[in-house]
Amino acid sequence: MGNEKDHLEAIEGKEKFRYIGTSPIRPDGVDKVTGRANFGADFTANGMIHGRVVRSSHAHAKIKSINIEKALKMKGVKAIVTGQDFPKIDPSDKVVGEVVVSFYDMSQNVIARDKVFYDGHAVAAVAATSIKIAEEAAALIEIEYEVLPAVMTVIDAMKKNAPVLHKGMKTEGMDPVPKRSSNVASRAELKLGNAAEAFKDADVIVERDYTAQTVHQGYIEPHACVAEVSADGMATIWSSSQGQFMVRAFVAKLCAMNASKIKVIPSEIGGGFGGKTKVYLEPLALLLSRQSGRPVKMVMTREEVLRATGPTSGGHARAKIGAKKDGTLVAAELEMEYEAGAFAGSPVKLGCMTGFAPYNLKHVSCIGWDVVVNRPQAAAYRAPGAPVAAFAVESAMDELADTLGIDPLELRIKNAAVEGTQAPYGVKFPKIGCLETLRQAKATEHYNMPLGPNQGRGVASGFWFNIGGQSSASVMVNPDGTVIVATGSPDIGGSRASMALMAAEVLGIDYDNIKPLVADTESVPFSDLTGGSRVTFATGKAVVEAAEDAVNDMKRRAAKVWDVDIDQVEWKDGIATCIETDIHKPMTIAEIAAMAGKTGGAISGKANINAKGAGAAFATHICDVEVDPETGYVQVLRYTAVQDVGTAIHPAYVEGQMQGGAVQGIGWALNEEYVYSKDGQLQNTGFLDYRVPVASDMPMIDTVIVEVPNPGHPYGVRGVGEVPIVPPLGAVANAVSHAIGIRMADLPMSPPKILATIDAAD
Amino acid sequence: MAKHHVEAIINGDPAEFLCGTEQTLLDCLRDELSLTGSKEGCSSGDCGACSVILDGRLVCACLVLGVEVNGKKVETIEGVAKGDDLHPLQKHFLQEAALQCGICTPGFIVAAKALLKENPHPTETEIRYWLAGNLCRCTGYDKIITAVQKAAAEMRGES
Amino acid sequence: MANLDYSSPSSVKEVVKILTTAKGKAKVMAGGTDLLVQLRAGRLKASTIVDVKNISELRTIKKEKNGFTIGAAVSGAELGAHKAVNKAWPGVVEGLELIGSTQIQGRASLGGNLCNGSPAADGVPGMIAAGATCLIAGPKGTRTVPVEKIVVSPGRTSLKSGEFLVSFFLPNRPKKSGDAYLRFIPRTEMDIAVVGVGVSLTLDKKGMCTDARVSLGAVAPTALLVKNCANALIGTNIDEDALNALSEAASSACNPIDDKRGTIKYRTKVAGVLARRATVIALKRARKN
Repeated sequence: MGNEKDHLEAIEGKEKFRYIGTSPIRPDGVDKVTGRANFGADFTANGMIHGRVVRSSHAHAKIKSINIEKALKMKGVKAIVTGQDFPKIDPSDKVVGEVVVSFYDMSQNVIARDKVFYDGHAVAAVAATSIKIAEEAAALIEIEYEVLPAVMTVIDAMKKNAPVLHKGMKTEGMDPVPKRSSNVASRAELKLGNAAEAFKDADVIVERDYTAQTVHQGYIEPHACVAEVSADGMATIWSSSQGQFMVRAFVAKLCAMNASKIKVIPSEIGGGFGGKTKVYLEPLALLLSRQSGRPVKMVMTREEVLRATGPTSGGHARAKIGAKKDGTLVAAELEMEYEAGAFAGSPVKLGCMTGFAPYNLKHVSCIGWDVVVNRPQAAAYRAPGAPVAAFAVESAMDELADTLGIDPLELRIKNAAVEGTQAPYGVKFPKIGCLETLRQAKATEHYNMPLGPNQGRGVASGFWFNIGGQSSASVMVNPDGTVIVATGSPDIGGSRASMALMAAEVLGIDYDNIKPLVADTESVPFSDLTGGSRVTFATGKAVVEAAEDAVNDMKRRAAKVWDVDIDQVEWKDGIATCIETDIHKPMTIAEIAAMAGKTGGAISGKANINAKGAGAAFATHICDVEVDPETGYVQVLRYTAVQDVGTAIHPAYVEGQMQGGAVQGIGWALNEEYVYSKDGQLQNTGFLDYRVPVASDMPMIDTVIVEVPNPGHPYGVRGVGEVPIVPPLGAVANAVSHAIGIRMADLPMSPPKILATIDAAD
Repeated sequence: MAKHHVEAIINGDPAEFLCGTEQTLLDCLRDELSLTGSKEGCSSGDCGACSVILDGRLVCACLVLGVEVNGKKVETIEGVAKGDDLHPLQKHFLQEAALQCGICTPGFIVAAKALLKENPHPTETEIRYWLAGNLCRCTGYDKIITAVQKAAAEMRGES
Repeated sequence: MANLDYSSPSSVKEVVKILTTAKGKAKVMAGGTDLLVQLRAGRLKASTIVDVKNISELRTIKKEKNGFTIGAAVSGAELGAHKAVNKAWPGVVEGLELIGSTQIQGRASLGGNLCNGSPAADGVPGMIAAGATCLIAGPKGTRTVPVEKIVVSPGRTSLKSGEFLVSFFLPNRPKKSGDAYLRFIPRTEMDIAVVGVGVSLTLDKKGMCTDARVSLGAVAPTALLVKNCANALIGTNIDEDALNALSEAASSACNPIDDKRGTIKYRTKVAGVLARRATVIALKRARKN
């Protein structure tokens, strides 16, 4: 990494890059436009049978008995597993981070043991020679339940006499720890300065409660896998996930196996957005395969996806901001309760950490409550925890701007976090682009366009940390001078292209001569999963280092051939040149590769890193809407996303992340929500009534890429995937609020809700 | 009832398969004919990932019974490119980065192909409404619309 | 689960025979866009599927002397492409064309949309407003029934055992007459109607409304033909007062439910809003005719 300084200088003048910043066709593209790419459900194995899951339709119940006798007798049924077939895991077995991963909970979420905790909770799984037989057998499994009252909302769950989901759950983070069990898993608190005191200095204070509903990531590909356990206990799993190593680690844990006995082969992944950072089917398929001696394929239906996977937390937030008359923020408070779903672990703490991060505040208090309810266990969803917090904070900022009569972007510019600002979550920001996104937003043509009747404009900002973590990369030089770049990071949105571009930049060879691939768990060292906007940053860093390692290897070979010191070899544009003398004819990568056998064998480079130095991302979005005052229908007229991405490696896919995140956020703001019956059955179990935006709902999404390079990455990469979903909830809500002249603080802003709000004000 | 023997023309070639009544055309394509390019995203006609062209009409393969296609013509994503020669839609989807995860892409390309056959000059609004039955969760649709517009222009001989 | 049979008869007679002799439950399928979803979800048990798409009577649109006969299995895309029907009954075509996506349009039929029995069926209010009738075939021969008499409650029809829907008849449009269908959905496409309104009206030479039929969908267990709405228009020049009265009559006729798609309050109010808007469109068309 000695040349990080050189890289940064290179960023200053981007024209120095040959490949970075171009948008070539992705290496896996042709397979994906011709139908040849293999996704989770596309894999078959010889002798394969099919598994189906039996799910509870009760939201909360004790399992009194499970009788599988009749089902087992059915012809074609090869295996049946229930919770009792899985090894017991100790409740203390967990990994503690910003979000706790409890293997005890994970095991129960994969298949219920004594209790079911939500509509759709897996209770048993059947494998049979056809899907039809498996479904018929599933219907023959007799389960006796003792139905318990369902707890569906954080408000109900926090009531004093609420039915308790998990006996023994004592609120963590409380001092003293409460004696009684409750549905509150934990309390998180973040403090900077003394907010309560500082509010006294405010000329104006805005304060309001906000609500958001449970939403699903909504990836189009349902979860799918094939598992095969051979007679010697060696297992192979083909699956669609955000991390083959994650699948291996979790399956090993839940099935009490040694990691070396499980090989996970990643398929193409048809969308994840955080929802495929967990296992659901893989442990079931593995046990069914072990029991039957046959490969077992399991594919979820859309109904199963909605009932039992994802979603992300709905919840409540109370935001309070105090400011001077001139708009200077003096203090801020945020208190939030997030649904964790059936098991602890909502991203409420991340909400607390991110909400006020775009602003320079000396006095902040954030409190978050993690609350269990009878809904599916929350999974990550793009910038987990941040959108709902930002919805509250950005709505409050908008209200403050209205109250003070200051332009909402001007108010944000005045208070924007800059290099050196102490973030509410503890760090002092290094170089960041918050202010730049705000200024660029203000300068857009969009922001300065006049609006018509019933139209409104909203702006909002957002923050996401971006993360590093463990990544591995191998760069293998083929005998003809072409190169293979192998990583362990599933490609969910074009990252193969970014990896190839960064390798091309270091190696100085054509993008087309590089083949990036996503390797299985036995072909590349461990890597963390794809998530947190880490791959282009962290895995990219590993690729850069591995490519540099390969370049060094090739310089060594050239030095050997020329019999000079390695310092005398310069590498440029894929060619080794001897600096000292021109008697040696420069050698191309192909020439060096061709003589590898004579210079020490195959040429490669590797890097296994735990990447530090992730650079924070900031975004500001502008949204125009028109509201039909008689029906409450909202049309999004125009939308612009401005984002600091550090350096755009592949600008077209960077824009794609910004556009896609914005539209998911618009869906969250307008029409997406989980609708449950009173006793906890999910009512909208398909795309008909779980209303994600369709093509005709959306305008073009304009993008403005801001590039304030991240000093922590050789090419300045920050990470782009997550922050685009943070501002839209607030931006859309602010736009609708301005259009109707009443503040909308309850998501989704579906037509009935908007019309009721308008009518109530009349 | 015994399985049905179905003969159809799939991507221009004769094909035959056996299927039960309850098997959809999508099941038959994927499981009986190993044509897995048509994807299953919902099985209820709400996502369009299984879009195919049946006797010239765009349909969701999940809402057609396999037995119904006896004697009919089916075009799937596998038949869109002619060998190595990509269809303009495929080329422009690649050039415009109109796919991220790629699971919805086959359905979009088949649906857009049907659109351009019927309407070589679609406006942005016409493209958006025609493709409203194809869900994409990654792109926000923007680049998909652009790719269809550019493919349409190329097919009209304008580029 | 017993094996599911399939047949695709080529005559009305054969269908009746299968329906009357089938063991278990025989289900008629046209486009299948509702039926297959219900079968797959396990909400509908059947022993035989009778595919009626190979019967020419059910697949053709025929211009008769006094109107149009439209086969029950004609798809939305086919009806949408029929110029004469479009010109005469744009509201009816609008309704059918709003059902689902382009993909669904290639399959979904007017007959299936009606017989599926959903109170929110987009194809139905327009036909009720148009005064369309259904030709029903059964073991005792054929009978003609007004569209509004087919669905009796959600998912249930007045068709007797062995009967099925062969075709619709749409009368010729009188002079100075126009129709329209509007629905409300939360998105621009791909949703089930939260409220649907079909309006057909006729004017005299002076522009006074002499006849009107207004039908509401998704606001009651079945699509409604609302006499009071018609009364609010007939005898007026469809001025602001008439439109207000119509709007109120539409809202008062509602007997909706609260569900994942809308609230009682919302449906009731929006029924009034859409009744007015659809009437304004129908009026414009009537003036042009």
